[in-house]
Amino acid sequence: MSSDARVPAPPARRTPSLKERLVPALISVVSVTVFFGTIAWLVTSAEQWPRIRFQFFNPDAIMAAFPNVLRGFGINMMVWAIALVAIGVWALILAVFRSLNGPILAPLKVFSIVYIDLLRGIPSLLLVLLFGFGVPALQIPGLPRSSLFWGSVAMVLGYSAYAAEVYRSGMEAVHDGQRAAAKALGLSQWQTLYYAIIPQAVRNVLPALLNLAVALQKDVALLSVIGVRDAVREAQIYTARTFNYSSLIAAAILFLIATIPMARITDYVARKDQERRLQRTV
Amino acid sequence: MSMNRVEISSLTKYYGTNLVLDEVSLAVKEHEVVCLIGASGSGKSTLLRCVNKLVPFDHGDISIDGVSIFSEQFNNNELHKRVGIVFQAYNLFPHINVLNNITLAPRKVHGVGREESEERAMKLLELFGMQGYERSYPEQLSGGQQQRVAIVRALATQPDVLMLDEVTAALDPELIGGVLKVIKDLKTQGMTMLIVTHEMGFARDVADRVCFLEGGRILEEAPPDKLFSAPENPRTHQFLQRIIEAGRL
Repeated sequence: MSSDARVPAPPARRTPSLKERLVPALISVVSVTVFFGTIAWLVTSAEQWPRIRFQFFNPDAIMAAFPNVLRGFGINMMVWAIALVAIGVWALILAVFRSLNGPILAPLKVFSIVYIDLLRGIPSLLLVLLFGFGVPALQIPGLPRSSLFWGSVAMVLGYSAYAAEVYRSGMEAVHDGQRAAAKALGLSQWQTLYYAIIPQAVRNVLPALLNLAVALQKDVALLSVIGVRDAVREAQIYTARTFNYSSLIAAAILFLIATIPMARITDYVARKDQERRLQRTV
Repeated sequence: MSMNRVEISSLTKYYGTNLVLDEVSLAVKEHEVVCLIGASGSGKSTLLRCVNKLVPFDHGDISIDGVSIFSEQFNNNELHKRVGIVFQAYNLFPHINVLNNITLAPRKVHGVGREESEERAMKLLELFGMQGYERSYPEQLSGGQQQRVAIVRALATQPDVLMLDEVTAALDPELIGGVLKVIKDLKTQGMTMLIVTHEMGFARDVADRVCFLEGGRILEEAPPDKLFSAPENPRTHQFLQRIIEAGRL
């Protein structure tokens, strides 16, 4: 259109010169190097440093312990992955129970409330000991007697109480109008949950659930106390034999390799979720 | 004698100790369009929500084609199939696309096959100028488009009565016209409608009868020409006067 010609063009954005971009970056690099370099120098020049290095950061010991620790870490991650799926399902069932209305369904609601109160109030370590040592000791025929199995069950039962509360908050955050619309269309209570409420609730709480997943990723190490030969247990076995703690550092490194990317993914999902919410309000 | 499509008799409802509907009686004939007007809190929306059992009420009865909504014949599914409602805030399901929003109830509640329900949905979308949007998600549409989809969703079960609860109140002014046109088209096609609205011009155009509510009672009930130009009740007159002063009529 001709009228557009009269509108003054916006001022062209000046592209910063190479020098203008380079100098701040250079300053950052130098200051970071100086800061951490000084700390490193202070630590390594300390009188006790050679002993610390030998006990904790001994490359030979790390290499020697690594194969067993890595195998143990495989068990950690396997337990984590299976427990994650089990928690995702069981916690959702608990949250649905808790949201139910109507006198006939009251027992399920009460069960869920009591369950969540109890299991959230007991330390995970205690649950792991109770199930991991206690249940196999009963020697009930037909039940598995592996402490790995029962320890994992304890983790699932305990974490589900937390995850159920997360799901519940997500379900409550779904707008009332959605329930009204579902009811007006003739959807039953179950259909309303299944087709309308739960999908929206899960989307709402995905970042919070992922945070729990990161916490669980570390907490699976609790199974080491009931004799499961996970990364921590294997590291302890090495330490007991050699009086060198570098194997624990090896285990720590493996956990970091797993948890840091997981935390980054959680941040990413949370940011996307935030953007989605902002977009909707515009 | 032609039977009333909707008959509300002596409907009384309390929210706690607060009386919101006080012995309201209202009959809507087949193909008739009745508009409910009145200030916020006068009980208009609650009245609609009682008709399809979205809220319970304390006394009175409601019948559709002479049959009480509490009779065996109206198990919930049948009632919700016969009576559709559209809300002010559209209330579309945000996580599923337009087509699934429309076909959800026909398929999952009324057992219509996917193919048949989708075919019907596509026809309705085309009828209301929404063809090409069936794969869109609600948040990708304008408010007016979402409200048209919500109307199509309510029509998908082929209801005998459509209730509209302030369906243009949340819309930007330039989007209201499109939605009102849809409702006028529905009147032309003979749809029986019970409409709560603040658009007095629209009520005047589309209604066969207008009811003015205040304090949970219908204070005046008349054809629009009469009610808007020569209201009998002084309260009605006062209400309309305020609306005129606000430039809404």
